[in-house]
Amino acid sequence: MSALRLVLRTQPSLRAQLLVPLVAVLLTLFAGSIMFTLLGKSPLAAFYAFFIEPLTTRYGIGEVLLKTGPLLLIAQGLAIGFRARVWNIGAEGQLLLGAIASGALALQFEMSDSKWVLPAMIVVGTLAGAFWAGIAALLRTRYNANEILVTFMLSSIALQLLYYLVTGPLRDPMGMSFPQSAMFGDAALFSPLLDGTRVNTSLFLSFIATACAWVFVQRSLPGYKLLVSGLAPGAARYAGFAENRAVWMGLLIGGAAAGMAGVAEVAGPLGLLQRNISPGYGFAAIIVAFLGGLHPIGIVFAALFMALIYVGGDMSLVSVGIPNASTTIFQGMLLVFYLACYVFVNYRLKRSGAEPAASRSTEVATDA
Amino acid sequence: MTELLSLRGISKVYPSVVANDNVNLDIDEGEIHAILGENGAGKSTLMKLIYGVSQPDNGTIQWRGQTVTIKNPAHARSLGIGMVFQHFSLFETLTVAENISLAVNGSIASLSKRITDVADSFGLPIAPDTMVHSLSVGERQRVEIVRCILQEPRLLIMDEPTSVLPPQGVDLLFATLRKLAQGGCSILYISHKLEEIRSLCDNATVLRDGKVVATVTPTEETTQSLARLMIGRDIPVTRQQTASSDGRVMLDVNQLSHTPEDPFGTSISDASLSVAAGEIVGIAGISGNGQNELMRLISGESLLHSSGSGTVSINGSKVNRLSPEQRRQLGFAFVPEERIGRGAVPDLSLGFNSLLTSHNAGLTRFGFIRFAAMAERAQQCIKDNDVRCGGDNALAGSLSGGNLQKFIVGREMALAPQVLVLSQPTWGVDVGAAADIRQALIELRNKGTAILLVSEEIEELFEVCDRLHVIYEGKLSESLRTAETNVQQVGQWMSGQFLSSPRADGLQHFDNQKAAGDSQSPAQSPSPRIAP
Amino acid sequence: MLDLLVFVLAGTLAAATPLIFAAMGELVVEKSGVLNLSIEGMMATGAATGFVMAKVSGSAIVGFASAALASALLSLVFALLTVGFLANQVAAGLAVGILGLGVSVLIGKNYEGTTISPIEKIDLGALSELPLLGKVIFAQDPMVYVSIASVIAITYLLKRTKLGLIIRAVGESPDAANSIGYPVVLVRTCAIMFGGAMAGIGGAHLTLSYTPLWAEGLVAGRGWIVVALVVFGTWQAPRIAIGAYLFGAVSLIELFVQGQGFAIPSQLMSAMPYIITIVVLAIISRNPRVVRLNHPASLGIPYLRNE
Repeated sequence: MSALRLVLRTQPSLRAQLLVPLVAVLLTLFAGSIMFTLLGKSPLAAFYAFFIEPLTTRYGIGEVLLKTGPLLLIAQGLAIGFRARVWNIGAEGQLLLGAIASGALALQFEMSDSKWVLPAMIVVGTLAGAFWAGIAALLRTRYNANEILVTFMLSSIALQLLYYLVTGPLRDPMGMSFPQSAMFGDAALFSPLLDGTRVNTSLFLSFIATACAWVFVQRSLPGYKLLVSGLAPGAARYAGFAENRAVWMGLLIGGAAAGMAGVAEVAGPLGLLQRNISPGYGFAAIIVAFLGGLHPIGIVFAALFMALIYVGGDMSLVSVGIPNASTTIFQGMLLVFYLACYVFVNYRLKRSGAEPAASRSTEVATDA
Repeated sequence: MTELLSLRGISKVYPSVVANDNVNLDIDEGEIHAILGENGAGKSTLMKLIYGVSQPDNGTIQWRGQTVTIKNPAHARSLGIGMVFQHFSLFETLTVAENISLAVNGSIASLSKRITDVADSFGLPIAPDTMVHSLSVGERQRVEIVRCILQEPRLLIMDEPTSVLPPQGVDLLFATLRKLAQGGCSILYISHKLEEIRSLCDNATVLRDGKVVATVTPTEETTQSLARLMIGRDIPVTRQQTASSDGRVMLDVNQLSHTPEDPFGTSISDASLSVAAGEIVGIAGISGNGQNELMRLISGESLLHSSGSGTVSINGSKVNRLSPEQRRQLGFAFVPEERIGRGAVPDLSLGFNSLLTSHNAGLTRFGFIRFAAMAERAQQCIKDNDVRCGGDNALAGSLSGGNLQKFIVGREMALAPQVLVLSQPTWGVDVGAAADIRQALIELRNKGTAILLVSEEIEELFEVCDRLHVIYEGKLSESLRTAETNVQQVGQWMSGQFLSSPRADGLQHFDNQKAAGDSQSPAQSPSPRIAP
Repeated sequence: MLDLLVFVLAGTLAAATPLIFAAMGELVVEKSGVLNLSIEGMMATGAATGFVMAKVSGSAIVGFASAALASALLSLVFALLTVGFLANQVAAGLAVGILGLGVSVLIGKNYEGTTISPIEKIDLGALSELPLLGKVIFAQDPMVYVSIASVIAITYLLKRTKLGLIIRAVGESPDAANSIGYPVVLVRTCAIMFGGAMAGIGGAHLTLSYTPLWAEGLVAGRGWIVVALVVFGTWQAPRIAIGAYLFGAVSLIELFVQGQGFAIPSQLMSAMPYIITIVVLAIISRNPRVVRLNHPASLGIPYLRNE
């Protein structure tokens, strides 16, 4: 009798760390092809529409980059919290707060052509996102309330707040009774980056955030302290790295990044406040953060891939008639397969109950 | 007549070590058989194989003449093998009877009666409807023993049972075990305590590095000869020198009272102690009597609540509200009892682990990590303390317990602390390394460090301490000079006897004077007087 | 006025029923030491599957049974990840939750926006005709009573039975449970699948009785409220049920307030369940001793059998 069982590695496998996201993508494609077949679509046509077609046109590439921006920005912020095991799952709401606050500012200075309008929006939106996450930090540190639930609930509240504002106080008085605000002035918009696309300069914010995240996570003492808080709370307490500070930092950084992404959306492709601001970037960014191994560089690739899924989902809906739920399913499967494969970073398979010689050869086989 | 249990050629290999190598063992009915060996010799692995927790890679197990594969603990129990674990397998949020019902068939009501009956006949009083979290460690052991007895085992495995008992408790335990053996139940007694084995066991199998080195009759051996068999050489002796304290009180705990947030924790009441420069003070006691809570208050991992009272002072400054990091800046260092997850982060390299408490010692600049300095620091610590590992990039979790402990102790000593507090520094460490750690403590003391040492091992405390306190149910005794007391007295105090004897406040005062050179409590005089 | 009160009270019972089913399942899962955050996705899958199967077969029982089965299968994915592959339970819960939302849309895609005739309310003749009480207590659909029975059954299971003792033991200390011979992996997997089935039934109650129609996003955050309810009830079934009824009432206050003609933004009323969740969560969690005494000690920690 021999059953396979997991054995802890003496050192995490670097190769596995690099392979895991790739294998997860392959497994997702495999499962996706089964799904498409069941739906009566040709998997090849579907995959072409999903993953290749967006990259064949300038506009498509632009759309991928456009969606990469907020995903990358939010995921970098969330990953810092996740490394400290601070589970902010309400980036969607923090994004909305950033959008609302910066949008309100833009509407206030609708006629202004000051070059300070946009920077002020970025600051205000970032602070608003951090504030929304800060509520969860306060409740967790003061009242021990679970931040997973609080951040989620705050997301739902933020959505209702947005609905209220665009149907009430911030609704465009000239806009019939559409639930949306007036258009922002030009000074409140990011400038276009590539002709023929909707990509704009807000993408630089994501790149700057990535560089900052890399320095913070890989090089700084505060980043190290956050990591210790996540890996071993007891050791963090022993060393004197205050747990509350980790909670505050983890949530504020994530909230700030999401708030900034909210500014990028309303001052980018949208140019106004409306009911639909984000196609679930806040939730998708959670997957991006994990898929990128919570590493600033890995997250860049993960964000690009997730953006491709978004754009591919829209395009294949049109060209192949694939239901738009496939985007959600792809996202879910990616994370499921990623988590399933991730175990092999820290563990390896071993045959139990076998002769020692046999088990040694299995070790070689799984390691090779 | 066949043996009750017979092991032939048992081997078990773990990824990094051979835990058992060709082990043979025979146990007769009604025999009390010792498995003797130091930490890491493979005793616990062998017991897990017999109890079905894991399976041997090689070899056969014969039970009452039949070759068996013990698939799991439930199977072992059905064969008639019971085990009392070193770290108990009890559930704190369940009652005694509920706990027992998980292993023994029967309704709670009928079990409660049987529990009381067995408890009475063996002199092990326990109340079936008590929640386990309210029991002391010794009482929990009783629950485990009663649970085993109710299964009517033919073989009872006891893993280091006396580490949780005061000396009187040991006598009671031995009486219970002898009574069981007279009733025909064999006992496999795992220990590294030589005197116990000589007084209790009929036979002893000695394990060293996973191999059987001898099977002997303990009563025909001396403690020294058993020790040589166990570690392969004479037990290293710590070179004790007399203390030369200048009397400056470096660590002072004054009338500390505290109820921890954890409802399963022990409250500290009115604890006072002081440690002077160049002095080692010990705290003896069975684990779970408040050592953990007291240490957390001293290290700053717990802060006093508003309901608590008293002061902790380090180097003359009151530190009640200071964080561990701030206390460290006053020259304080601490080795906690848990290595994994508290003293070290298992998933990080030794380099990053040295950063944990030493980041203020030049390993960072402007908030950025100096990787070269960090690696150098870790390498130095590895070299100075003979830490066996794959270098400063090795994960802390990949080191053996003893080596990781050497790294942590070394890391804290490298901070050149003025006050060093250690909790169970030699737990699970092999004899040689433990002796090295004790020697290092004495040398550090001689250089003028004030050291507070918490240990369950009375012998260790007598070996290195100048004075010692006893802790029992969160209450701290007055201190005793080790030279003027003995193991018997400390043993009695460990079961709380110092509480019933008329409180010798005068003695306490006298003691402090002698030790601390007539200094007043620093809480009252902010600048501690330097004694001549 | 009395009519409105009857309407609110009767509605409260109905609105709380999906929450109670799912929360009883989640309670058992958490008691075994696993935090399953994918309730939202599993309720959605159950809601869609139950609706479609009931519509196709014409039988509500088939609907509920297939909803339970579908969500239990989905929860098996969660079990594989967390118990088999030792994945982080928070991340796994999110992953399976997202997957479940996607799957629900796919299952219900040909039925989007369609309605079904709700399952029959019971009629106890004279009893159901009693003023106030009759309509509130004796004229609900059968699943409302099943949900109440489930609260009693789960309370009994966890407090009084050997199986309940084993589940609690595994949740407190899987190592100790393993060392006395209980199969931790099996217990947890079964608990997770039970939780999945219950979430599926809860979801199906939404589409077969409460709303009764299928639309994407119809679960609307209830799955998360369920997770919060388990904390509110400090892991005790009767308290969780009380919490669920409070939420049922809150979600109906919107209608009540509108009926009375108060000028409160409807968005504020829609946000009310979430606001109240946050407030109650903070109040309950404030006392760490209460939480510590009831919260399963190994909750959220992956377990690998130690050999």
